[in-house]
Amino acid sequence: MNYFGDPTIWLPFVFAALMGVSILIYVILDGFDLGVGVLFPFANDDEKDRMIASIGPFWDANETWLVLAVGLLLVAFPSAHGAILTALYLPVAIMLIGLILRGVAFEFRAKAPAPHKHLWNNAFFAGSLMTSLSQGFMLGMYVMGLEWTLAHVGFAILTAVFLTVGYSFIGATWIIHKTSAVLQAKAVEWAKGGIWGLVLGIGAISLATPFVSTRIFDKWFSFPEALYLSPLPILSGLLVVWLWSMLRKMPYAEDRRSWQPFAAATALWITAFGGMAYSFYPYVVPEQITIYEAASAPESLFIILIGTCIVLPTIMGYTVLSYFIFRGKATELRYD
Amino acid sequence: MELETLLLSRIQFAANISFHILFPTITIALGWVLLFFKLRYNRTGEERWMEAYRFWVKIFALSFAMGVVSGITMSFQFGTNWPGFMEKVGNIAGPLLAYEIMTAFFLEAVFLGIMLFGFSRVPNWVHTLATFLVAFGTMMSAFWIIVLNSWMHTPQGFEMIDGVAHATDWSAIIFNPSMPYRFTHMVLASFLTVSFLIAGVSAFRWLIGGRTEGVRVAMKTAIIAAAVLIPVQILVGDMHGLNTKEYQPAKVAAMEGNWETSTGVPLILFAIPDEEARENRFEIGIPKLASFILTHDWNGEVKGLNEFVTEDGEVLHPRVSPVFWSFRVMVGTGLLMLLVSWSATYMIMRRKRGVEGLPKPMLYALIGMSFSGWLATLAGWYTTEIGRQPWLVQGVMTTKEAVADVPAPLVLSTLIAYLLVYAGLLLAYIFVIFYLARKTARGESIGTNIAPSPAAAPKAMPAE
Repeated sequence: MNYFGDPTIWLPFVFAALMGVSILIYVILDGFDLGVGVLFPFANDDEKDRMIASIGPFWDANETWLVLAVGLLLVAFPSAHGAILTALYLPVAIMLIGLILRGVAFEFRAKAPAPHKHLWNNAFFAGSLMTSLSQGFMLGMYVMGLEWTLAHVGFAILTAVFLTVGYSFIGATWIIHKTSAVLQAKAVEWAKGGIWGLVLGIGAISLATPFVSTRIFDKWFSFPEALYLSPLPILSGLLVVWLWSMLRKMPYAEDRRSWQPFAAATALWITAFGGMAYSFYPYVVPEQITIYEAASAPESLFIILIGTCIVLPTIMGYTVLSYFIFRGKATELRYD
Repeated sequence: MELETLLLSRIQFAANISFHILFPTITIALGWVLLFFKLRYNRTGEERWMEAYRFWVKIFALSFAMGVVSGITMSFQFGTNWPGFMEKVGNIAGPLLAYEIMTAFFLEAVFLGIMLFGFSRVPNWVHTLATFLVAFGTMMSAFWIIVLNSWMHTPQGFEMIDGVAHATDWSAIIFNPSMPYRFTHMVLASFLTVSFLIAGVSAFRWLIGGRTEGVRVAMKTAIIAAAVLIPVQILVGDMHGLNTKEYQPAKVAAMEGNWETSTGVPLILFAIPDEEARENRFEIGIPKLASFILTHDWNGEVKGLNEFVTEDGEVLHPRVSPVFWSFRVMVGTGLLMLLVSWSATYMIMRRKRGVEGLPKPMLYALIGMSFSGWLATLAGWYTTEIGRQPWLVQGVMTTKEAVADVPAPLVLSTLIAYLLVYAGLLLAYIFVIFYLARKTARGESIGTNIAPSPAAAPKAMPAE
């Protein structure tokens, strides 16, 4: 079959890839700012302000990647959007309320009278926690094929905890990069305390996925695929070892290498996500609907693609720009 | 059971989208008002324009955050509650939603950071440009979503293949018959909402002693803008109504409370529509005026609701009372806006006294009208959206076809959770606006410092 000649083949693939990239960027970018929220109870008031300042200019743009990911699911794979979100009705509602709480807490904690500030700090923490837990729960349910059985829910609760701790880890590495002195040292400890969430989370999903479906099992454990795929787990292992050895010696003199834990955590995230994408392709609803079955009509997808090709590079460009403008250590954030 | 799920899902969607629309209604116009303040400052170098900018950019940030988070909810609601919608018309709704998300949302989200926090980090012209792009992005966002919404009212440019809509003519889809009217009507509604909000909050600050140049200039700008825009809005609203009469006569019949097709139809001022008996009780009307407004002929024929009942008794028009009453709330609020803004403008203009010319009762009236734009906008949306029922996409699919088969208790419990959160946030939002107003009136810094020399500025609160 001529893959590039048939738009009902290559268009869904392109959109699945775009959606995958959006989800990946989302879990990395919003992952760190959700993680910062989850770490809130461990910080004192001054540190809280600085932690907020480290994510203040970015969280809004970070969250729009979720909108883009869900938006792409909605517009490119409408029937899958319905199937997945109807199955995940309750966790989605909890996540949305969490996102609302933390999003507005950002603004309110800075503008409300001082005595109310701790209230909004709590709302920010609660919102971050609800969002992280429900996303982890949804991840677990998705891996298990979106069926509500007791065992699946049990697994999903585990992944909820792991993902939340994993987010707190990547949040801690972000704080290491964006702050200095006492808070930075504290963040190193948080990262050390949170790395297990990431390792166990990736481990649990890697182990569980092949056993849920023989199709996925065969994709990983047949020759020669197993050989080509072996760099993925090996790379992940090396990244974990590198991270751990780095964190043990942190902070380095003159703040050297402060960006590296975040970079390593990001790389780990990418390998894990790559593995999952490989497992589930070509299904968008696990073992039920493929991307080709769920896709919108080619002419509609094509229209969206034109816009995407213009807009996505622009978005990428000014996302980089805004991270560049607000580079360096987080200082006081103000409207000036 | 299925009916309960349908009704609860409708209430849930209505609750979510009503809460959401409050904030875009503010940000769409407030972005342009901020750009106006910034440009005046660039031109004149007068500090008062920057003072106004500093205060209102905070309200903008707050409203924007509320809009973003409640907007995320919307993009999930399609899948959780209304999977049938995208399955049937996704080929058309999809690209429109995609363009909304891609062009506008990102533009706003990224440049907003520069607009709010970048003043001392980027050159002045970049900051002005960022303000413009945020305003423009918000407007584009509104454009695409209004295109989709209008298409649901007046669909065209598509064909049905195997029960799924496929686009045949995109320019027909985008420039569908009701879009220009609805878009203009909504943008004007947004400007009026912001005008009354700024006027009301400024009157409040003025009254409690915050009589600064910034308050003066913001209040005057807002009152004059409202006075200029309200007659335009009434005219546009009338044109929108005529457009609706052409494409959705059942909606207009419900708005007018007109059951029977006849000539010389009266304009009903008050009535209690009785859905069972299919007639009005306690009707008070002005003879022949509805015919004149809708057909520009005192004896023109206007279609009644009874035209929209099929022979086997299926009702293809909306429930009359909610449409009838929402419409009257919208029009009534609009007339009140006209009265207040024109009298306030007259008092400002009289002997060129400026805002000093506003007596206390007028200031109280303005404070009372602070959120009148919200009321009118919501009432207007209820009129048009409930007025489309039982259709989701007029003539193409009914709302009932689209609803998800989620257990009713699950819909109910999440609905209650949403409502509690929304009620809390709405109170907090209004409280914080007036808290900031009181704080600035006392001459305290609210942490925004746009002075070019950060070293000389007082210590600001972080993360604002």
